[in-house]
Amino acid sequence: MNLESLQREMAAAVMQPLTADEQMRLHAADGRAMSDIAASFIAPNSRLNAFERLEIYNRQYWFRVLGALAEDFAALNAVIGSRAFDRLSIDYLSAHPSRSFTLRNLGSQLPEWLAAHPSYAGRRHRLAVDVARIEWAFIQAFDSAEREPLTLDQIATLDADSRLALQPHVQLIALDYPADDLVLNLHKREKRQASEAGVRQEDPPEHPAKMPRLRLRPTWVAAHRVELSVYYRRLQREEFLTLSAIAQGAPLADAITTGFADSRLSELRRAQCIREWFATWAELGWICAPELESLF
Amino acid sequence: MSSNRFNAYQNHGVGIGLRIPHYAHIFSRKPIVDWFEIISENFMIDAGRPLAALDQILEQYRVVQHGVSMYFGSVTAPDPEHLRRLKTLVRRTGTPWLSDHLCWGSVDGTYTHDLLPLPYTWEAVERTAERVRMVQDYLEIPVAVENVSSYAAFTASEMTEWDFLSEVVERADCGILLDVNNIYVSAMNHEFDPMAYVNAVPAHRVAQIHIAGHSRYEKYILDTHDHPVIDPVWQLYARAIERCGPTPTLLEWDDHIPSFDEVHAEAKKAEKYLHHQAEPLAEAAR
Repeated sequence: MNLESLQREMAAAVMQPLTADEQMRLHAADGRAMSDIAASFIAPNSRLNAFERLEIYNRQYWFRVLGALAEDFAALNAVIGSRAFDRLSIDYLSAHPSRSFTLRNLGSQLPEWLAAHPSYAGRRHRLAVDVARIEWAFIQAFDSAEREPLTLDQIATLDADSRLALQPHVQLIALDYPADDLVLNLHKREKRQASEAGVRQEDPPEHPAKMPRLRLRPTWVAAHRVELSVYYRRLQREEFLTLSAIAQGAPLADAITTGFADSRLSELRRAQCIREWFATWAELGWICAPELESLF
Repeated sequence: MSSNRFNAYQNHGVGIGLRIPHYAHIFSRKPIVDWFEIISENFMIDAGRPLAALDQILEQYRVVQHGVSMYFGSVTAPDPEHLRRLKTLVRRTGTPWLSDHLCWGSVDGTYTHDLLPLPYTWEAVERTAERVRMVQDYLEIPVAVENVSSYAAFTASEMTEWDFLSEVVERADCGILLDVNNIYVSAMNHEFDPMAYVNAVPAHRVAQIHIAGHSRYEKYILDTHDHPVIDPVWQLYARAIERCGPTPTLLEWDDHIPSFDEVHAEAKKAEKYLHHQAEPLAEAAR
């Protein structure tokens, strides 16, 4: 077996999900016995056979990636309970194994994937998707780039055809529930438990956490960074749509038109909103000049 | 100190791994530490708190980068984005040398995030050395490869691990980050004499040494970095220092991390061996 074949064979074995009691499965997905697969490239020693030696790596892989995902999506874990979260994590990571050199990006596909797989959260499915979106946005806002923002004076010189860009750490999220406060509270609770225990909690509750009853209410949020901390800022629907259009590279006039499509706000109020928004965005440093390559 | 071209002729002494639970202590007390080793991947980001903390550390301390996902032994080419970000970080830290592991961990663009052992074959020697050389050329600083702890051996292997390591570093013309705890762990798991390994390493290429603790299970030992260094590992360290001369040394402690003072005190035990070795050299120099 050459090096390339060995690495493909071993990676497939290592990344195959464990059994319910965290052992290596007896058979691979194609039906071959794992003991035969292991013996085809791993040598035994006096204490462990090839299967057992490969199993150490199989277990390490899953403990590592499951731990990393649980750390990044602690609120989702609390909302759906650790048993469902473990099931979800295994299925998600089987469908989307890491494609990045860093574990930071492990959950990048989770919100979309969860939205398409409603079986894990039951009645809390839409809330769970919201929570996953917020938690992924937090990761993005935490360490994404910060570019030189435009000042209000610079923004005042723009015209209808001007194209702008959003500060890379500003993450826009459209939610079905006002779940941002819930995520903040769950993260605070997790931090408190970790600090009371002196270490990170190893066994979060199996059952979903008790939480205030949230009503379905479309909510628009920006996760963003001020100094070095991530904050969530509620947005008006029109503000969210305008910012989204700016982020997608629409000319300023088109972005504003998009923002107010189907809006019930009066013309007077719209003009007022635009002034207030740009003043706030400038203060928060959210608006940047587009990067050159995005213009071509 | 054993300064050589593989550690950019630096005399770094005894350092510890920079870990988040120690930040508050470091920033408030500003303890005297010879140097910190950082995990490169934790800082290969665009902005935010981790980089701000790193910049604060860089104002007061020497920092050396240690990577966990270059996977010199992987057959698929490294991610250009990974290399670009790594070089950006190298410029930021001014690390005199950089290390990563002699292992593989990704295939066809999918990452296991583990340090998987290589079969000790001539094919693996050639591919791995080629990749180390390429990374070293790109980064324009000395690169040292670290021997990993392993729990499996391959039927395809054609040589010992220490022969494999020697062949790779000779062909790549790179340094070695000699992890004496990993040697001990692998020796127990593969039933070889760890001292034979230390005695066979090309000493003139050792840029840095790692020491750490591990966990013993019924049938194998795991490299967990969550305990003090045990005596047999100190004996391997003493022998490595005897062969290599006083060498930049780093204690790894990554899980169940005790207080800064406890970790630092454990690391400083290495000074006894370093000074013991340095004294005859100083005598000879007089």
